[in-house]
Amino acid sequence: MINMAAEGPQNPLLPVWPEVFIGLFCFGIIFFAFYKKLLPSINKVLEERREAIEGGMEKAEATQAEARQTLESYKEQLAEARHDAARLRQEAKEQGAALIAEMREEGQRQREEIISAGHAQIEADRKQAAELLRQDVGRLATELAGRLVGEALEDHARQSRTIDRFLAELEEKAAAAPSGDAAGAAR
Amino acid sequence: MNDQVLAFETDCHLFQECGFPAPSVWSFIFDPIFSVGPIEFNKAMLLALLGTVAILSFFWAAFARPKVVPGKLQMVAEAGYDFVRKGVAREIMGKKGEPYVPLLVSLFFFVWVMNLWAVVPLAQFPVTSAIAFPAGLAVVVWVTYMTVTFKTNGFVGGLRNLCVPSGLPKGIYVILTPIEFISNVFLRPFTMAVRLFANMFAGHLLLLLFIIGTWYTLGTVVGTFYSITSFALALVLTVFEMFIQALQAYVFVVLTATYLSQALEEAH
Repeated sequence: MINMAAEGPQNPLLPVWPEVFIGLFCFGIIFFAFYKKLLPSINKVLEERREAIEGGMEKAEATQAEARQTLESYKEQLAEARHDAARLRQEAKEQGAALIAEMREEGQRQREEIISAGHAQIEADRKQAAELLRQDVGRLATELAGRLVGEALEDHARQSRTIDRFLAELEEKAAAAPSGDAAGAAR
Repeated sequence: MNDQVLAFETDCHLFQECGFPAPSVWSFIFDPIFSVGPIEFNKAMLLALLGTVAILSFFWAAFARPKVVPGKLQMVAEAGYDFVRKGVAREIMGKKGEPYVPLLVSLFFFVWVMNLWAVVPLAQFPVTSAIAFPAGLAVVVWVTYMTVTFKTNGFVGGLRNLCVPSGLPKGIYVILTPIEFISNVFLRPFTMAVRLFANMFAGHLLLLLFIIGTWYTLGTVVGTFYSITSFALALVLTVFEMFIQALQAYVFVVLTATYLSQALEEAH
């Protein structure tokens, strides 16, 4: 240094041109490397990283949405099943009620049938009994009359006719009595 | 060799009938390593080239084949890149700052590494204390600033952007317009260069002062006490200088981003 003292130092505020040139050259290289190669390269990777993170989040979101959808569909199916069950129960109830009503009707019908059959039977029995009674009464009366009269009334056929006529008269009388009463009442 | 590496007289000590070899402007002037005609290749240039190689190799190793899952080197480089991109460009310029990120990133790391040479053993000379380097960068910023201003606003709009701040009473403009013009067009690049240069220049002088003091006072018993004190201060100031180096690099890119953001502002 000392040997340069004779010349006097340069003003430190005045740039030395070769230094300016070297400085700009170095800065230019650095800027060019960053601008053309290094920053695009790292930016790409940063973008990829961001996408990877966001992609993961998107995937998680999609999974969640799917799970929610599945749950929703299960719920729907469950509701449907419940609805179906209720409907089936209702139908069964209705069917049961209908069955009971039908059976009751059937029972009623059968009862009436039995009753009417019974009535018919009774009527038939009564008629038969009446027929038998008529014969028996006729026979007994004839017999009794024969005994009382002391002679056998042999003409069976004629006897029968007589008895029949008598009984018919009796029946006619019996039938006429209420109507006669009714006629008397009307008068 | 000593004349290139050491910035002061080494064979002089306290009480030896020779004065304290105080650091001076001479401490920033080195004998050329070699000369090509009138062009002298000096220590600052060498360090600038070495620093460029260092920056390029570091970022090349980190960013040339980057991975989605980063390694340690890539992570550190990404932190630096993010600091400028998010902390400066996004913070000051917003979304519009994205195209200027490469400029800001290269400015930040270039200035920082050139400052950092001040504390690298054996080199120990801040490249940016030679005004040529900050001046060159300031010119780059100025050219970008002017280009962006006129490209965004057109010629008249660009002039208005540079000279007429909006929203002030009419009378003020008579005074303010020339001041704004001079400030924005001439003073800004000048102060930008000088701020960086002066900080590094003063920092280097300060370190030199205490390191030379450490050496100069060494030798006698009394001197050794001075020497130890001086050395302790040199250590403290070295740490402080490292802080200032990073801070000045940050200030440089913040100012650049501020100017560009102003240039991108639409005229009102």
